[in-house]
Amino acid sequence: MDNTVSFITKHFDKYDPDNLASFQAIGGFNGLKHALGLTPAALIQIITDSGIQGRGGAAYSTGLKWKQAAAVPGEDKVVICNADEGEPCTFKDRTLMEKDPFRLLEGMAIAGYAVGAKHGYIYLREEYRHLRPRLQNAIDQARAGRWLGNHIQDTNFNFDITLYSGAGAYVCGEGSTLIESMEGKSGRPRIKPPFIKECGLFQKPTLVNNVETLAAAAAIMDYGADAFKAFGTEKSPGTKLISLAGNVRRPGAYEIPFGMTLRAIIETIGGGLEEGRTLRLLQLGGASGSIAPASFLDTPYTYEDLAKAGLDVGSGGILVVDDRTSVIEFLESIQNFFIHESCGKCTPCREGNRQIGRIVARYAAGTPRPDDLETARRFAEIMSSCSFCGLGETAQSALLSAMRHFPEAFKLGAFVEGLEAGAGAKANATAAGVAARETIGKHSFEGERGERV
Amino acid sequence: MSANVTNTTDPHLSAGSLYKPADVTLLTLELMAQIDFILESYAMDPTRLVGMLLEIQDVTPKQYLPKEIAVYVGDKLDLPLSRVYDVISFYEALSDVPRADIVIQFCDSVVCKVTGSHKLKVALEGILGIKAGESTKDGKYHLESAPCFGACDISPAIRINGVVYGPLKTEEAVRDVLARFEKGGSLHG
Repeated sequence: MDNTVSFITKHFDKYDPDNLASFQAIGGFNGLKHALGLTPAALIQIITDSGIQGRGGAAYSTGLKWKQAAAVPGEDKVVICNADEGEPCTFKDRTLMEKDPFRLLEGMAIAGYAVGAKHGYIYLREEYRHLRPRLQNAIDQARAGRWLGNHIQDTNFNFDITLYSGAGAYVCGEGSTLIESMEGKSGRPRIKPPFIKECGLFQKPTLVNNVETLAAAAAIMDYGADAFKAFGTEKSPGTKLISLAGNVRRPGAYEIPFGMTLRAIIETIGGGLEEGRTLRLLQLGGASGSIAPASFLDTPYTYEDLAKAGLDVGSGGILVVDDRTSVIEFLESIQNFFIHESCGKCTPCREGNRQIGRIVARYAAGTPRPDDLETARRFAEIMSSCSFCGLGETAQSALLSAMRHFPEAFKLGAFVEGLEAGAGAKANATAAGVAARETIGKHSFEGERGERV
Repeated sequence: MSANVTNTTDPHLSAGSLYKPADVTLLTLELMAQIDFILESYAMDPTRLVGMLLEIQDVTPKQYLPKEIAVYVGDKLDLPLSRVYDVISFYEALSDVPRADIVIQFCDSVVCKVTGSHKLKVALEGILGIKAGESTKDGKYHLESAPCFGACDISPAIRINGVVYGPLKTEEAVRDVLARFEKGGSLHG
């Protein structure tokens, strides 16, 4: 498990996450202490200097976001911590809240001080309900210890935190949808403008940051921007929490410096694949991320190198899929997820996902129509340009990247060949279909990297 | 409407309602007190409706939100019933149909799929004798699929009444977990 680092995760397993005193004993809240001694502008400058980008997936400069939020006029602003970690293959925020809840509160208070907010909210997904008592306890203890509430540590800074709960809707990870949910409504995105930084929760100016971003900001205020930049590359400074899962020996949440290759991550941190298995594909950034074949393994894990390869850091998820799952089976699972999670507000996403789902199902059954590939591509492109929010815009990333990298999986003749290679008889059609899919899957893996078909 | 919703002449429960008459007696005084306690713990703040309904569902027998509870909550918070149902019908974690004492969810998202959720589903269906989306006849177990619940590091995983168990790669492992909930001997096989 070498190659991992600890900057954001430095406090992990070093204190009792249910006990403020043990947190303070290891220098807890030093970041906030440091921040309160600075002007908000100086604080934001440190965050900007660190070069940290939002860890929720959009990768927007946190320093810039805070600067803009601070510039919005208004006495009553709010900070929301987006703990609605809904991307499949993403659980690093869960790990962070399990092992270091006070760090998150510290980051939120720092953000509140920076932008001039008095109230913070944590929107915790229902699936993490087991963390509710821990977070509530941390909030209560921090308030009792005067790290939250009025006149924090005898300064004029007032900031308190309220815990809100989601109820199992992936779309609520989108900023304006999360706010709708926090106002006691169903989760459907809002039209912009007005932008949430000006008119968000309860019509107040609102800053929304991911759990990891806030924890990292607290660590940066604690150890300094230079200590953060000592890790990573010039364009991707610092460290990143990744969620490594799928067909690897040691799945888990790990902190890595930017710049490691995907191969190093999977082999040295993840322990590689099981004996005798070969890599079919990787998916980065959760279900809304692109997929890539084994030929991409030597790509360094940085924003810039992944972008060149048509990939994305996204949520920090790294899903490893071995040869037991075919490309089409994989896409079918992704598509079913988005059909289920589309909120139904806009037509491109609601209907596009459904229609693409039908096409993928036909491929999975070995009965695609001649124009299915072209239709799926057309629908996917309409979705990415016309959907109302990020869900519809990114839902087809896996499909489009599969068309680029695994064109064999979509070839019509391949299914017929597969069927002939199988039992052949109609009675065995199902078994043969499965065999055919596996054969096709192998072809696609061994085949050359294809261009867009 | 008054708080006296145990009244069977409740105008909200009109003829043609999807809700079985048996539900009418569901909102007992005891449950009503529990609901009041939950609402008050949220300071009766209607913006926290999602969290309130989740907690109310947890204390309601068969882990769901029948219409009379929706009406009661709407009344208490001064929200129209349509607003309450906007939330109940939208969110995955809220159910308007009865489930069971023990709700078992298996993840059907992509990570669990590549680590073997299909085998897990087959094992669960075999042990419980029901298909996904069904409840056992005794009303003890309900089995349903769920999108990713963020336990990909212990995949393939299940949640039982909100608690995650994994990785469950063999039928024996599944049986071991279910045995912890076994009291009345209603697990088949």
